[in-house]
Amino acid sequence: MCIAVPAEVIEIKDGNIGLVDYGDLRQEVRLDLVDVQVGEFVLVHVGFAIQKLSREEGLETRELFKQVYAAMEE
Amino acid sequence: METGKEIASTLRTHVTRPVTFMHICGTHEASIARTGIRTLLPPALKIVMGPGCPVCITPQGEIDAALELADRDVILATYGDLLRVPGTAGSLESTPGEVRVVQGIHKAVDLARKTEKEVVFISVGFETTAPTVAAMLLTDPPENFSILSYHRLVPPAMGWLLTQGEAHLDGFILPGHVCTITGYKDYEQFPVPQVVAGFEPEDILLALLMLARQIEKDEHRVENAYPRAVNREGNQKALAVMYQVFEPCDVEWRGFPVIPGSGLRLKEEFSCYDAVRKFGITVRHVKKHSACICDRVLRGVADPTDCRMFGKACTPRTPVGPCMVSHEGACKIWHQYKVKKVI
Repeated sequence: MCIAVPAEVIEIKDGNIGLVDYGDLRQEVRLDLVDVQVGEFVLVHVGFAIQKLSREEGLETRELFKQVYAAMEE
Repeated sequence: METGKEIASTLRTHVTRPVTFMHICGTHEASIARTGIRTLLPPALKIVMGPGCPVCITPQGEIDAALELADRDVILATYGDLLRVPGTAGSLESTPGEVRVVQGIHKAVDLARKTEKEVVFISVGFETTAPTVAAMLLTDPPENFSILSYHRLVPPAMGWLLTQGEAHLDGFILPGHVCTITGYKDYEQFPVPQVVAGFEPEDILLALLMLARQIEKDEHRVENAYPRAVNREGNQKALAVMYQVFEPCDVEWRGFPVIPGSGLRLKEEFSCYDAVRKFGITVRHVKKHSACICDRVLRGVADPTDCRMFGKACTPRTPVGPCMVSHEGACKIWHQYKVKKVI
């Protein structure tokens, strides 16, 4: 139920609607809950963007993963 | 998973006494079962499922109320997951009434704009989903549109689980996409180790390791293992939209008593969209099926395989309880991935 998928905002249209790209699929989604610009990433849940995803936050997670793997090699 | 053995051995060094962690998200259970994470864990570490599947925790009385509407020449619109949940007399799938599966509430509003019939959206979901519903109600939907607000809030249920102590929980894996909206500030009230987790197997393993380290150091705080989507404050815009339209109310969960402040009802100024009022229906309390243990599974005190009906009288084709219906239901997930009880 709470599945959410990352997508890139390709185009912003009238009425809080945006065209997003999931990779293989493009779809119109509602943008009522976020302030985004073309080129930014969002998480999409039941046809609505629910949060922006920043590059920095993605990199931070990657760093955490590195720490896990480092801990496993201890 | 190539590094599975290494992860298990690392966790083993951090888990020095029996611990039980609960997740409150069907998507977490799906990921854990699909990837077989339980088989990698040290025997002293147990992951149990909590009330994390919105469809599963919707009590039968609410399903019955929706079925009552189906008899009244309205179009019911909802998520596909809800279709086969058994009510007292059949399910939304078996009702002769008109039921449409939609991606989200915006599609149900589109439907209402194209018909003269009444359209009722059966609105389930936690904090992840409720803001999407609120946002659409702020776009002035047509008069023939209304909702059954079956939303639930996660923290009150967590508080209930912690105070009654039935499940003996040492920590929580917090639901990543609920926290995407709400942040995790609200969870700091609970004096127990908690880690917000994403949904990849690595996200979940990282969360388990962080929880185990807190236990080891005898600490309790909320840590964030899903910072690419979650921050402490959450999505303020979405929260503001949600509380512009909804207000908390006391409500029953399947398997739980009435939990104060754990539901969302429409505020007075949006009551024209309240299907319960509009159609004068009543949501009644219904006693559970005698042999079904979905209630105990949802409280984290039983595994699906503890149920006498699991895989026999109760299967995804012929579900008796809601946990065998939803893609996020623990029983359906265990049935699909043939999970055996780990002793």
